[in-house]
Amino acid sequence: MSEFSANLVALQTIVYREIRRFMRIWPQTLLPPAITMVLYFVIFGNLIGRQIGGMGGFTYMQYIVPGLIMMSVITNSYGNVVSSFFGAKFQRSIEELMVSPVSPHTILIGYALGGVLRGLAVGLIVSLLSLFFTDLQVHHLGITVLVVLLTATIFSLLGFVNAVFARNFDDISIIPTFVLTPLTYLGGVFYSINLLPPIWQTLSLANPVLHMVNSFRYGILGVSDIRIGVAISFMLVAAVVLYVFCARLLVSGRGMRS
Amino acid sequence: MTSALSIRQLAKTYGNGFQALKGIDLDVAEGDFFALLGPNGAGKSTTIGVLSTLVNKTGGSVSVFGHDLDRQSAQLKRCIGVVPQEFNFNQFEKTFDIVVTQAGYYGIPVKQAKERAERYLTQLGLWDKRDTPSRSLSGGMKRRLMIARALVHEPRLLILDEPTAGVDIELRRSMWTFLTELNRQGTTIILTTHYLEEAEQLCRHIGIIDRGTIVENTSMRQLLGKLNVETFLLDLRQDLQAPPVLNGYPCRLVDAHTLEVQVDKEAGITSLFGQLALQNIEVASLRNKTNRLEELFVALVERNLARIAL
Repeated sequence: MSEFSANLVALQTIVYREIRRFMRIWPQTLLPPAITMVLYFVIFGNLIGRQIGGMGGFTYMQYIVPGLIMMSVITNSYGNVVSSFFGAKFQRSIEELMVSPVSPHTILIGYALGGVLRGLAVGLIVSLLSLFFTDLQVHHLGITVLVVLLTATIFSLLGFVNAVFARNFDDISIIPTFVLTPLTYLGGVFYSINLLPPIWQTLSLANPVLHMVNSFRYGILGVSDIRIGVAISFMLVAAVVLYVFCARLLVSGRGMRS
Repeated sequence: MTSALSIRQLAKTYGNGFQALKGIDLDVAEGDFFALLGPNGAGKSTTIGVLSTLVNKTGGSVSVFGHDLDRQSAQLKRCIGVVPQEFNFNQFEKTFDIVVTQAGYYGIPVKQAKERAERYLTQLGLWDKRDTPSRSLSGGMKRRLMIARALVHEPRLLILDEPTAGVDIELRRSMWTFLTELNRQGTTIILTTHYLEEAEQLCRHIGIIDRGTIVENTSMRQLLGKLNVETFLLDLRQDLQAPPVLNGYPCRLVDAHTLEVQVDKEAGITSLFGQLALQNIEVASLRNKTNRLEELFVALVERNLARIAL
């Protein structure tokens, strides 16, 4: 068997193991985001949204649905990789992979795909649930798919970086709590940055999540606060840079080899 | 004979400056059953860590069946199965899934992986626990699971780091039988253990490592041949008030009915019983005070300590 074929089997094994993991603990992985997002739809979209009126030419419910889907993709992609990889380090089961001939790229792609698939699974569940509250029509399918894939990949890789550097369970909750959540809430999920004073509009543009949410909203609704081309280019570059950085971390064996 | 493992000037200095390995040389022939012994902190686990690529060496070279660790890492890894000292599997996965997944990491297609997992779990008495989450297994079962996992890609060299630590004697003996049969079928085995009786029973060659250097590397037979004096404990049928006078056999009373006697290899043991019989001392039973290998091991480590002190 060639090294390529062997690594392909190994990749399937890692991805299948990741899917098995998040399906086995579905009450912790798939159910909570579904319940949280339904609450957002009911409270923000329905009850408060009726008082707010329209935004960007759409009902408030229609406006926030793409952002909420993106929010669940971001948190779940990140959460899957950070908890799975750190869990493997903590239990030392990562050694099963390190002693095997699997290439670092296969390991990285396997974990990232696991994160992307959980992000997509939750995104799909949230999308289906949103249909109970509003019509969801896709304005540009290609951009929608590309943006959701790039976002899930970027946050899976960021979760990997967090897991590599984490030394205890506090370290894997600090970044999601103090960085990811504020960036997501301030990333235009619930509002258009056009509502902000000019200085805050400019500052908001430095938030990468704003570009992801708005690109996805453009794919669904056809409206955006930012330039789509720039946003997608930024995401592509970010994904490549992060991949190279993660691969180097794996090759160095940081946190895994003495 | 082909070399299964060849280590040259292997060195490892950890980040805190601790020199765990000071340029060791070691060869293990294909088909051998090799014991790597040493006191705690001697460098055994570091050596195994380097072989399994979990520890980065700071000097020297390692090759396994001709595959160099630095240049042919993937090929080298395919030749090795490692059973570590600590449990290192996912505690939430089922027993069967752990073994099948490990096979997948080695590129073994899932159908073949499942067949092999069934075979090894059956051989190690774990097949009826295949759907049990690994955290629910007993300590002995967890050790056997790690052996099944290490064997699933059918390595030519199996490295076991204290595989019988904390395992009851019955299970330990069944593992000895399993490993002996595995070795007989051609798998080269390297074993570290603190049970010197285990090393003496199983292994044909032995390396003793102490403070990062190899202090002995020879065949078990040659090593045991160096043992000139053995100490025996004799359980007596009657109580004695003072040790008897035994010509050529230094002795002392451990208690009133236990006599400790040193027997020189040249003198043999027949004359001892003759002298005891003449003094009407009846012996109920006879046993070694310590394992033979243990006496040699302690002597070698103490000699190394004295050499370093000089």
